[in-house]
Order: sequence, then structure tokens, then C-alpha cells
Amino acid sequence: MVKRVAIVGIGTTGFRPVTPDVSYRELIFEAARKAYTDAGIEPSEIDGFITTAEDFMEGYSIADEYCPDQIGSVLKPTQTIPGDFLQGLATGYMMIMTGAFKTVAVEAHSKVSNVKNVGELMGFAQDPVYNRPLRETPHAIAGLEMTRYLFETQTTPEHCASVVVKNKWNALRNPYAAFGADITEIDVLSSEPVALPLQRLDIAPHADGAVVVVLAAEETAHALCDIPIWIEGLGWCTDTPTLEMRDWGQAGYARLSAEMAYRMAGIANPPGMIDFAEICDEYSYKELQHMEALKLCKPGEAAAMLESGATSYQGELPVNISGGALGVGHLFEASGAHKILELVEQLRGEAGARQIPDVNIGLAQVWRGVPTATGAVAILSNM
Amino acid sequence: MGMRKVAIVGAGITKFVRRAQETGKELSWQASKMALDSCELTLDDVDMVTMGTAPDAFDGVHMKGEYLADGAGGIGKPYMRHFVGGGTGVFSPIHGWFHVASGMADICLVVAEEKMSSCHPHPQGAFLTIFDHTTEQPLMPTLIWIFALEMNRYMETYGISKADIARVSVKNKHNAMDHPAAQIPQEITVEDVLNSETLCWPVNRLDISPASDGAAAIVLASERVARRITDKPVWIDGIGFSIDTAYWATRDLAYPRYVETAARMAYDMAGIKEPHKEIHIAEPYDPFDYKELHHMEGLQLCKRGEAARLTADGVTARDGNMPICPSGGALGVGNPIAATGLMKIIEIFLQLRGEAGKRQVPGDPRCGLAQAWGDLMQMGTVVVMRK
Repeated sequence: MVKRVAIVGIGTTGFRPVTPDVSYRELIFEAARKAYTDAGIEPSEIDGFITTAEDFMEGYSIADEYCPDQIGSVLKPTQTIPGDFLQGLATGYMMIMTGAFKTVAVEAHSKVSNVKNVGELMGFAQDPVYNRPLRETPHAIAGLEMTRYLFETQTTPEHCASVVVKNKWNALRNPYAAFGADITEIDVLSSEPVALPLQRLDIAPHADGAVVVVLAAEETAHALCDIPIWIEGLGWCTDTPTLEMRDWGQAGYARLSAEMAYRMAGIANPPGMIDFAEICDEYSYKELQHMEALKLCKPGEAAAMLESGATSYQGELPVNISGGALGVGHLFEASGAHKILELVEQLRGEAGARQIPDVNIGLAQVWRGVPTATGAVAILSNM
Repeated sequence: MGMRKVAIVGAGITKFVRRAQETGKELSWQASKMALDSCELTLDDVDMVTMGTAPDAFDGVHMKGEYLADGAGGIGKPYMRHFVGGGTGVFSPIHGWFHVASGMADICLVVAEEKMSSCHPHPQGAFLTIFDHTTEQPLMPTLIWIFALEMNRYMETYGISKADIARVSVKNKHNAMDHPAAQIPQEITVEDVLNSETLCWPVNRLDISPASDGAAAIVLASERVARRITDKPVWIDGIGFSIDTAYWATRDLAYPRYVETAARMAYDMAGIKEPHKEIHIAEPYDPFDYKELHHMEGLQLCKRGEAARLTADGVTARDGNMPICPSGGALGVGNPIAATGLMKIIEIFLQLRGEAGKRQVPGDPRCGLAQAWGDLMQMGTVVVMRK
């Protein structure tokens, strides 16, 4: 029986606002080549492959067709998970735990710069009967949710602006990040109103990039690398897709997926056990809302924790040391991939200028964006 | 191999129709409810849910898996979608098998849904954007166009006639007469197929399965739990999947090597050495009639170029030595892409349990196989099941 699964190799292109010089296949090829080199393995030696992609974002009716060549999986077991990278990672984990696969590669990418009308495209994710005729943009729905969250927790737009300032500042020290900046709360609060209380700088800008990860069963992992990064906990959960029926103040999907991951990892006291976290901050308020759902603080106390500096790069529980989606760029299906990249680099001690000293356990969390209530959590460790 | 055994313990399927009044969510709900009822479980018993559904372009809904989540029973649970083009339906139990065999779940509900009719004016339009945007789309190929190329190449390589291939359509539409979910069961003749409208030579209208709406669902359980639920579990003994290069113009279309690699993976896992003897009953994917023959060869159920003769000799008929598509297949029951694959899994499940009613094949089959194929004629998915 396989007992543990580890990440033994990782590769990325880094993340950029536009990538006119390369196709998405070339982005993926670069990330895959680096991941296989990092793991010291040839793609021909890998037992299974997973790509994560959604058709409409790719511009193909069957995006799965175009995955095998650039990741080296021709005539190999290969599948697409139309979901976040973390769901792909969970599938890879399960494949190895069955005992039928020793190594699995998981790929995710964003080439959102190819999409001319992202807002309109995301509108196609809304219920075609009840919601789509209202022509609400995703930001409008997020603005409504933000209003509810701020009301329920007495959090203010100024707190949310502080999230943006922190994350963009963190991103300045991340060479992969596209949107690092040294700004102030005033800059955020005086930026263009989009769907109040959401303002332009509260919203993560989009980025392109690819990440490939190689997973291995315990014995194989020890043979392949010195510091395997173990997958200790995984959780994923979908709450209702119906906008009218969900709890708008709290992120139930994040709470349920975190509970699943904590149970699996044997973590009873998350703030005491988790050293650092990469949390979905596609909108600034989401970082705070998700911290509460992940039980990293008590309900309604995320803003106070942020104000105390506990989530800054020098704090007790650094959150989004990579810069998060606000600083790195929103990567759609690859969102979880950049978070896993950060976890792996920190846990290996390879994070350079942004390295947090003495870290052993990291948490990554994603949300699939408006209008979904789907999220996933992964907990990794270097022990 | 020390792997956890996984059984199918329940199944449900909606009627396959041309234009369902129900939404995709409702179709998913019907199939899920039926599957859970069939083994006397409720959603509370289900640990995890997986959803198989093919292109978002059919429904015109971005992130279709998210949209279907409540209908499928995924709310508040670990719920995930998988997608390997036309191979999705037979991949669905494979993804479910990962969930249960890994130990993450004891009971996993596997749902497959397709609602093609939302796509106007015809679901074929969704396939216009499956081709490479730079090298192929400017030529404006259609799906039927590339299958015509493949069918022609297959006929040419092995000296097979259109009449040889038409027998598959006649057989499957006849078999579907006994399937309660069937969309186009028909008693037709080889001449009817040959005289039907030519769409893109050598493909005629009756060589092709219809566009359909429908859903199917199964319940998977770990060994310990399965034995509590039913006296007649059907075990998933082998799984295989494989994808060939996207550059299909560089491949020899006469033989589906991706089906062979997928089948060999499943046979290795199931310990099958001589598939043509050990597999008693098979449901290969038959969206076009020649594909059934093509896939039988890829699955090593016969030698290359031999499948047409077996069909002519009646070996693949429901009362033959090796019944192929006793359900009626995609040609007869209908082809709501992902749901078709799971319909084939369900057919083998029922046949192995001896519960296929008028469709029951003689001779007490003990080992069966379902297969689907998809993407740009490049993806093979295979599941071997035993009772």
C-alpha cells in the first residue's frame, strides 16, 4: 500500500500580463521540460498525466485534444480535469494512492491574454435561465458578495485596501510575479469604482503562465530527490451553483474543503500548525473571507489579524508571501498551481529574497471564481 | 497487486431523446436518483461525486461541471469533473475508481450527462472549433469530414466494403429494439443504410449515431461496503486510458493504436492474456458503424481487418459467440456523448448480473468490457468488469 505522495519536481514559465512571443503549447512545454529536469525524470518514465483546462478559456470545443504533445504524454494515460489545478493535484494523488501509478505529472496554464472578452465569457458560466438574462458581470456579483461580507464582519474597504497593498508589495520580491507595486491604501481607495465597494485595484489583474508538477509515491520520491514535499492534506468541495440560494457572507466551500484537508492531515489547531498560507485573493476581500473559512482566525477577525501585521511577510502566519493573485496575476485554472509553486519553493528553502525562515507546513487554497462556490485546499510539508 | 477492489453496485439511466424538455441539471438528477434508488442508498451515504460531461459548447455553459453540480448531487461534497472528449463516459468510472481504490472514498456517485440539443442549429457546430486554429480551421473541416477520411482509409487498407460496415448499423439498431432508453431502435436492412443520404462519402446518414440528450449514473463502492449493499457486485478489474498525438494527420488512421495501448493497460491490470477468449461480451464505442469494427481490432478482440467478417458471420450478434453492443450501442440507443459511455458500462453491469431482460445474452457471461474513444480520433478509454 502506498502511504504518502510527494511533489518531486516542479517547473514554471513565471507569470506575465501578455505572452505574444509564445503559444500556450510553448508555455506548457517550457514548464514541463523544467519540471522533468527538476525531478530528474523523462516523460517516458512517468505513468500518468493530468492537465487542467476549461474549453471556453482555451477557445477549443475539446481542449483535451491538444494536451499530450507538449507534455510528452503521447500514447500514455492522460486526462483533463476541467477544474482548478488543486483538483487535478487531488486526482493525481488518488491515482498514486491506488497503487496503479508510481509517478504522475499535473499541468495547468493560463493564456488568458488570448481571450478578447473575458468578462463576457465568464458570463456564460452563469445559469442560462435565471441569471444570464440579467447580464450581471462577474465583478458585479463579487461586489454584492463583498458588501455582504463587510456588513457581517464589520470589515471596511480600508482593510481590503490593506490586503492589496500587502500583496502587491510582497510581489515585488517574487521574480515570477507580474504586478508587484509599492502603493498605499489611498491609491486603492481612489482607484476607479468597478462595482462598489469593489474598486479597480481590489481586483486581481490577469496573467499568462504555466506550471507542471511531478508527483511520486513514497519510495520513488525518496529515490528521486532529497527534499520531497509531501502532500499531507487535500480537500475540495462544491457549494450550490445557484446564486440565490447561497450564503453570501461566508465561504462555505472553503470551510468544508479545509475541514476535509485538516482531517486528512491530522491538524486540529490550524493557526498553530500552519506556518504560512497562499490563499485565493482574486478580489481583495476574498483573502479575509477565506482566512476565516479556513479557521486561521475566528469569524470576523481576519481584518484585525491583518491590521496586527500577523499576515505580513514577517508575521506569525504570512499570507500570500508570493504576492497572491493581486500581485502575481489571476491565472484562472492555474490559480492553484502558482500557490503550490510558492509552497514548494518555501518548503524547499528556495524562495530567495522572500524566503520565510524555518517553515515546515504550508497551506494553499483556491476558489474557482464567480459564479461558482467551488474551492479546494492542499496542505504540504517538508517533513 | 494489493489494490482496493471497487465494485459497481447501482445504476440509473434516463431515456435518450433528441430534444429533452429537461435541463441538463434535471437529466443529471434523474439518473443520479435512479442509480441511488437501485441500490437503496441516499445522497447522505455518498462520500464523493464525479461528473463526466463532454464539450461545454453543447450547452453553451462555461464551466459546465459547476453548473451541473446540484443536479448531480455534488452540493456540499467533494465533487469533480473529468473530460476526455468522446471518451469521457467510459473514463467516468475510471475517475470514480481513483476515488474509491485510493481509499479517499467508500462510496462514489459517478454521473455522466450530455445535452446536445441546446446547440443551435445543430450540435455539429460545436465540433467546428475542435480543430487546430492555425493549420486546420482555415480548411473548414467538419467532424464527419475527418471520419469519412478515417472510414475510407480503413476500408481501403483491409478491402472492406460499405455493405460490410452497414451490417453493424443494422445489428445495433435491431438490438436497441429491446432497450427501454433507446432513441432510434429500428429494423432496417443493409440496403437502407447504403441508400440513405450521403453526408460525406463514404459516410451515409444511417452510418452515424444521432445527436441526443440524456444522462446516466452508477454507484461505486469499496469491497467491504459493496458486499453490504448487494449480493451481486460487479467488479472493476481493469482500467486503461491512452491519448495519441493531436497531430492526427501524421497518424495511420487505419488502426486505433491508442485503443490498443488503453486496452493493454486494462488487460494487464485484470490479468487478461487472451482477450478474444477471456472477454465474453463487449461494448465498444460505435458513434459511426465502422468504429465498432475499428475498435474491436484495437481491443485485440480479433485480428486487424477481421472484424467485418465476424459481424457478417453473426459472431457479434446478441446470440453470437462474442456479443458486441448488445445494448444497441450509440447507433441504436443514441449518443449523448458522455452518457453513452456510461450507458455501455451499465449494459455490461446488467448483463453480468443477468438483469438485462430481453437483451440478456445467452451463456452466463462472466467478464465484459466497455470502451469509448474521443478527442481528435486519439483518446481510448477501457474498463474491464467481472462478476
